[in-house]
Amino acid sequence: MKPFHHALSIRREVCTGCSRCIRVCPTEALRVKDGKATLHPEWCIDCGECFNVCPVRAIVVEDDDIAQIFSYKHRILLVPSIFFAQFEEKLTLDAIKGILYDMGFTELCTVEQGADLLVDEINHYIEDFEDEKPVISSYCPAVVRLIQVRFPSFSHRIMRLIPPLEITAQYYRNEYQKNGVPLDEVGIFYVTPCAAKIAAIKAPVGGYTSPINGVINMSELYNKVFLAYKQKGTSEHEHCTLTHSSLSSIGIRWSTTGGEAVNIRGRALAIDSMPNVIDFLERLENEEIKGVDFLELRACDMSCCGGILVQDNRFLIRERIEKSAEELPLKHMLDQEFKNVCSGHIPMDPVEPRAMIKYHSDLTIALQRMEESRRLRLMLPGIDCGACGAPSCEALADDIVCDRATPDHCVILHAHRAGSEMLEKIWGKKHFNKE
Amino acid sequence: MDLSFNIQGGDFTSAGTASSQVRRTLKELGVDASVIKRVVVALYEAEVNIVAHACHGTITAQINPERVFLQLVDEGPGIPDIEKAMTPGFSTASQEVREMGFGAGMGLPNICRNADVFNIHSVPGKGTTVEITIQIK
Repeated sequence: MKPFHHALSIRREVCTGCSRCIRVCPTEALRVKDGKATLHPEWCIDCGECFNVCPVRAIVVEDDDIAQIFSYKHRILLVPSIFFAQFEEKLTLDAIKGILYDMGFTELCTVEQGADLLVDEINHYIEDFEDEKPVISSYCPAVVRLIQVRFPSFSHRIMRLIPPLEITAQYYRNEYQKNGVPLDEVGIFYVTPCAAKIAAIKAPVGGYTSPINGVINMSELYNKVFLAYKQKGTSEHEHCTLTHSSLSSIGIRWSTTGGEAVNIRGRALAIDSMPNVIDFLERLENEEIKGVDFLELRACDMSCCGGILVQDNRFLIRERIEKSAEELPLKHMLDQEFKNVCSGHIPMDPVEPRAMIKYHSDLTIALQRMEESRRLRLMLPGIDCGACGAPSCEALADDIVCDRATPDHCVILHAHRAGSEMLEKIWGKKHFNKE
Repeated sequence: MDLSFNIQGGDFTSAGTASSQVRRTLKELGVDASVIKRVVVALYEAEVNIVAHACHGTITAQINPERVFLQLVDEGPGIPDIEKAMTPGFSTASQEVREMGFGAGMGLPNICRNADVFNIHSVPGKGTTVEITIQIK
């Protein structure tokens, strides 16, 4: 199995080892070692929870340099509707587009044009799905990875249909090819609201290769557009016709919470933010949830409106999208063309599970380690202070039994043994005499 | 690895705690998902039976590399005719409860179907003991 490609990395020279990130990681992939946060590469799912809490910006997103667009004669930018919704109303859609053209892009296309044709495809997929439901959406790449790592037995439920972004990318590449343009002259770029989408484009699941040539950081592009507007005002390109940015009301809502689920004919739920997604998947594993046909699961709070590279408040963005959606038609102008060109290219292979091995692959050894870890938990203070560099006392106990740490890592235990009276005054005796 | 749980009759809020904990433990051990699923289905049914019918009960789960052994002991009304209770579709639930979608008479047959070894022993007026074994290998 190929190692995970990661779009998030830690700048060791900037990291202060403050330990905020280790506590929010949904797969407990981070530890503080030698004063720096370090990442377990097989467990990280690129969700960006760590990025959000880092106070010194030591966690960075590895995107592509915007200058590389000039290695192509035709420079196509795929823009998510979220991008436009970040700007206040006075900066009009046409003004933003004009600035982007000035930056050197030759064509702007909205990402969610690919969504409309998925509606029928997903509904057919659910109807024909022979295994146990719910079918899980393939839209959010952080959720796809979460399932691979933490809920591997649900991997086969991930819908084997590529997301709208890839459909749109295929459509435009095909358009250029059809018009006789050599493909090495065509550069397709995507403005991403998160790190997970970068990882998904560079290393897609389901035996797929993305036609996207480069990924641009949404936060950087936002700054560039805003700066250009502040310095030069609106651009002369303002009135160029942009048919390829036509969207339907279905498309523009797709990346917001409920944007997919609302189009499903059966029983569909839309769940956003990592803790909610994990809680629901655990309930599903407990067999508590019955009769649901489809799950739209998104890693970020308010879905892509809350993406880690998105500027402005996610609730305001959602409001702007809703407002625009009310004025849009139910079908967009290129709906039929998309169907003709892309319908045959939507299926993908199954997503492969990548289960985390917590203790050991041999069950006898795993059982011994688990029992030892539970004994250790009784000794540890149970206050999850993080001073040992692990996110919780439970995680430290697991690290100890897997030889990744020693009981000496617990500074509280150390101080208590050395006779610190303050500890019992603060936490009470029971924290230190649990057996 | 031994786990034990106390179950209170009528406490539907906590029903499912034991099966959830056992599931989590088996998953952390890397036990095959199809085995975990059978354990969860059987244990959840049996756990809910205690909550719905008995006053009090205890659940113990023993996990070793070969098998999962579950024992559920309750103090409750007991089952007068076990053979009848094991018949798919047989239920003591009232019409009203059935109309709500519960008491379809599939509880015990469902547990039995998911177990490799299934034992049930009951004394009317005293209580019921259920033992479930599911092979890991």
